[in-house]
Amino acid sequence: MTPKYLLKRLGQAILTFLVTMTVSFLLYQAMPGGPTEAMRSVILSQSGGSVDIDRLNRMIQLYTNVNPDQPMHVQYFNYASDVILRQDLGTSFFKNEKVTTLIMQRIPWSMFISVYALALGYSLSIFLGVMTAYREKSRFDSTVSSLIIGLNSIPYYIVGVVLIYFLAIQNNYFPTGGRIGSGIAAGYNPEFMLSLVKHAALPAISMGALATSGALAMRGNAIRVLGEDYIRVAQLRGLRETRIATQYLGHNSILPMYTQFMIGIAGVFSSAVIVEEVFAYPGMGLLMFEAVKTQDYPLLMGTLLVFTAISLTAIFIADLTYTLIDPRISVGEE
Amino acid sequence: MSETHSDSFDLKDLYDEDIDPDPESRADRAKRFLEMNVVAPARIAVADWRALVGGAILAFFLLMGSVGVWLVERPTSGDAPVLAAPFESLAYPLGTDVFGQPIHAQLIHATPGMFKMIFAGAVVSVGFAALVGVVAGFEHGTRIDSFLMTVTDVVITIPGLPLIIVITAIFQPENPYIVGVFLGIDNWPGLARTVRSQVLSIREESYVEASEIMGIPLSSILRRDILSQLMPYVMINGALTSRRIIFESVGLYFLGILPFTTFNWGVMMNLAYEGNALTRPDMLPWMVAPMVCIFLLSFGLVLLSQGLDSLFNVRLRARHAKTSKKKGTSKNNQSQATGGD
Repeated sequence: MTPKYLLKRLGQAILTFLVTMTVSFLLYQAMPGGPTEAMRSVILSQSGGSVDIDRLNRMIQLYTNVNPDQPMHVQYFNYASDVILRQDLGTSFFKNEKVTTLIMQRIPWSMFISVYALALGYSLSIFLGVMTAYREKSRFDSTVSSLIIGLNSIPYYIVGVVLIYFLAIQNNYFPTGGRIGSGIAAGYNPEFMLSLVKHAALPAISMGALATSGALAMRGNAIRVLGEDYIRVAQLRGLRETRIATQYLGHNSILPMYTQFMIGIAGVFSSAVIVEEVFAYPGMGLLMFEAVKTQDYPLLMGTLLVFTAISLTAIFIADLTYTLIDPRISVGEE
Repeated sequence: MSETHSDSFDLKDLYDEDIDPDPESRADRAKRFLEMNVVAPARIAVADWRALVGGAILAFFLLMGSVGVWLVERPTSGDAPVLAAPFESLAYPLGTDVFGQPIHAQLIHATPGMFKMIFAGAVVSVGFAALVGVVAGFEHGTRIDSFLMTVTDVVITIPGLPLIIVITAIFQPENPYIVGVFLGIDNWPGLARTVRSQVLSIREESYVEASEIMGIPLSSILRRDILSQLMPYVMINGALTSRRIIFESVGLYFLGILPFTTFNWGVMMNLAYEGNALTRPDMLPWMVAPMVCIFLLSFGLVLLSQGLDSLFNVRLRARHAKTSKKKGTSKNNQSQATGGD
C-alpha cells in the first residue's frame, strides 16, 4: 500500500466534494429570477407577512447560508466555510430543523439497504459472470446470460414494482412499504430484527438488480482469462475445479472490473431516491424526494452534498481494499 | 491540407488515395464498397439474431412515434368508458385509464417525446465523451490530458441521479430535448475513459506509428486511423447510453419530479401507482402497458448494442464478405458466427 496512491485518491475525493459544493452554490445563484425571487414565495408562504426585501434576504441567509445581499465571492466564501468548517447545511424551510439533523436521522436506513444491495448485486454478478464463463456455451450459460440481459433491460424501480406486486400484494411474504412494522418495540428482540429485515429486503433486492449489470462484463473478462496459460497449467496440475474457478479465474477477472464496480457504488447509492419512494422507505432518498415536492431548497442541496460525501467515502474505502486484492498496486506503479 | 513539406507530399498522397497496383474500374470499386459496407454487415446481421431483433424492436417504436402519431388520435379525457378492460374493443385494445383515455393512444403519443429525449441525451453524452476521450488520448501525458481526466473522474464519482434531480427541480425543463441534455450530464464520463484508453492503444499500433513517421498530418491520422477504429465503440455505447437515458427520464417522470406536460410512460406509471393500481386489478393494464414498453425498448437497445458488437467485428466481417475469395465456405462461416459469440 503506497501512501502516494492513497493520497492521490484522497485528493481526488476532496476535489470532487468541493466541485459538488460549488455546483450547489451556483445552482442557488442560477435559480430562475435569482435566489431572492425564487425563494420569496416559498419563504413567505411559510412565515407570512411583510415583503421587506432586507428581511427576506436575512431569512434566506438563515435558511440557506447564502446571503443574496453580499457580493458573489463573499457569498461563496461564507457558504463554503459553513459547509466545510461548521458542517452546517442550512435549515429546512418546512420542518424548521437543521438540515444536518434531518439527514442524520435518515442516513442509517439508507446505508442499510444500499450496503446490502451492493453486496448482493456485486457478489451475484461476480459469481454468475465466472460461472457462465467457466461453462461457456452450455445451456446454463445461455439461460443465465439471457436472463441477465433481460434483467438489465428492466429499470430497477420497475423490478421493485414487480416485486411489490408478486411478493407483497399477491402473496403476503413481505410488507409493501415502510421500514418497520407498526407496534413493534425497537431493541434487540427477534420480532424487531425480523421486521427490519423484511422491510429492507425488497428495496435492497431491487437496488441490487442495478448492480448486476456488471455480470456480462465479468463473463467477458473471465472468458479472456480462461485463455491464459496459467489456467491451462492449473488444469494440467489437476487442481480441483472449484479452486481454479475461484482462485485463478475469479480473482484475476475481478481486477479489471474493480474500477467499474467502484464507479457503480455512486449509481447504486443514488438509486435510493427512486427506490425509497416506490417502497415508501423513509431513508435519505425519500427525504430528498419530499424536498423536491415542497421546493425545500436547503434540504435539497443538503441531501445532494451528503449523497456525494457518502459515495466518495464508499469509493475511497473500496480503493483501500483494492490494494489488498491487487498486489501490483503496492509496488508503486500506476 | 497544406503541402508545405515537399518530401512528405508523395507519401501522403499514396496513403490517402489508396492506390492499387492495378487500378480497378469505377463499377468494381462501387461493387466492392457495397460488398464491404452493406452486404457483409447485412449478412452478419441476419446471422446474428440479436442485431436483427434489436433493430426490429427499435424500428417498431420509431414507426409508433412517427406514423402511429398520425394514425391514432391524441387521447383526451372521456374518449371512452372509464377503466375498460383490455382486449375487448378494437377502439381501445389495451383498455382505458381512470379518465377514459385509451391506453394504447397514450403509449403512442408518448413515443416522440421519448425519442427526442434519447436523441438529445445520446448525442450530447456520446459526442462529449468522444471529444474528451480523443483529445485526452492524443495529448497523453500533457497537462490537457490530466486536466480532462481529472474532470472526468470528478463527474464519474458525483452521484448522478441526485444531481440531475436537483437541476430539474430548479429549472423544471418541459422541452424533451432539454430534459435529454440534462440527463446526458452524468452519462459521458465512463465512455470518455473508454475512448481515451482505446485511442491510447490504437496509437501504439504499428500502422499509426508508421503514419506518424511518414509525416502524415495529424488530421488525416485522426480521421483514417483512429476515428474509424473508434466508431464501433461509440455506436455500441450510444445504444447503452440511450438505455440509461430511458431509465432515468422515465424514473424522474415516475417520481413526478419532471413537470407533467406531455404524455410519457413514466407519467402514466406515476398516475397509476399513485392511484394504487397494484391493488386494483381493473387499473393494472394502465401500469403494466408502459412498463412493457420500457422493457421492450431497452431490451431492443441492449440487443442492438450486442449485435453491433459483432457487426463491427472486423474478422467476422471479413469472413462474411465475398471479397475474401472463399465463396464455398460462406454457409459454414455463418454457423460459426452464430455459435462463436
